Amino acid sequence: MHELSIAVSLVEMAAEEARRRGEVRVTALHLKLGPLSGVVKDALLFSYDVACSGTALEGSQLVIEDVPVVVYCGQCLAERELESVQRFCCPVCGTLTPDLVRGRELELVAMEIEEIGDEAEQLVGVTQ
Amino acid sequence: MNSQPRLVEVRQNVLKQNDLLARSLRRRFEETGVFVVSLVSSPGAGKTTLLEKTLTQLHHDGCRVAALVGDLATENDAARLARSQAPVRQITTGTVCHLDAEMVQRSLDGWNLDELDCLFIENVGNLVCPSSYDLGEQLRLVLMSVTEGEDKPLKYPTIFNTADVAVLTKMDLAAAVEFDLASAHHNIQSVRPEMQVLEVSAKTGDGLDEYLEFLQRRFIRKAAANR
Repeated sequence: MHELSIAVSLVEMAAEEARRRGEVRVTALHLKLGPLSGVVKDALLFSYDVACSGTALEGSQLVIEDVPVVVYCGQCLAERELESVQRFCCPVCGTLTPDLVRGRELELVAMEIEEIGDEAEQLVGVTQ
Repeated sequence: MNSQPRLVEVRQNVLKQNDLLARSLRRRFEETGVFVVSLVSSPGAGKTTLLEKTLTQLHHDGCRVAALVGDLATENDAARLARSQAPVRQITTGTVCHLDAEMVQRSLDGWNLDELDCLFIENVGNLVCPSSYDLGEQLRLVLMSVTEGEDKPLKYPTIFNTADVAVLTKMDLAAAVEFDLASAHHNIQSVRPEMQVLEVSAKTGDGLDEYLEFLQRRFIRKAAANR
């Protein structure tokens, strides 16, 4: 199981990105995950909370978007979504195809942030 | 008024650091003309035995070979491989179930790559985690022993998909375990169409010549492409 070290990399990457944007708090990360990334979704979700603990991302949510495996079929001359990673063949014409187009993604696509400053102002507003 | 969370685009590969390092390693290997082959498999598929034969034969043929060997613990494999007379270094990962580019880079410290023709990297025995990490190698071999069953590729499609060539090992035991060779080939082609498959027995030597010739052809082709 290497999902914990992947989660740690993910949290470090997001924390660095957040620092570049000033006084912000990260509330969620959006990740694209391909079936051929070698990463198990549930294990990553479980590791994520552990990796966040004690960091600036503590309490944030990990939102994972599963993306399909897409191959290029030389027979159909078109990109096709695989029905199963156990069978690399075109779902339309049945030709075996080794040309992987997508499916290895392990990508931090976006993050949800909120300004910490805004909240401070808000608190001031409440006390007045 | 509540502060509204906003969505900002990042678009970064989570393993970017590893991928960048692997790319720089690959460039360094090409510049120094060393051909780098990695081996992945489940524990006990015969990586070390095949590698010992490989190093011994290539060293005997005058090829300047070396190896890095990854394991969670012990230096046993490095000691076994050192019998080939080739320089060998053990990478002990502790609890980490795979090698990464940084471990490879660190363990190359002090080695003059200009003095090498071929470097072999034996990954930790594991069919899952190593698939996520590029090590900068130019050729990745996935080994599968006949004692493991024909359906290994279907159970671990990702590792087969990241590898370039499959090697069926312990072929001398095929009959004893009623290994269905046709089914194994079919399963490999199903998860990685057009993948080349070699069959060897490191114990009896069957298939070793073809396997070594294959490596040498790849090495020559790579050297010609870098020139």
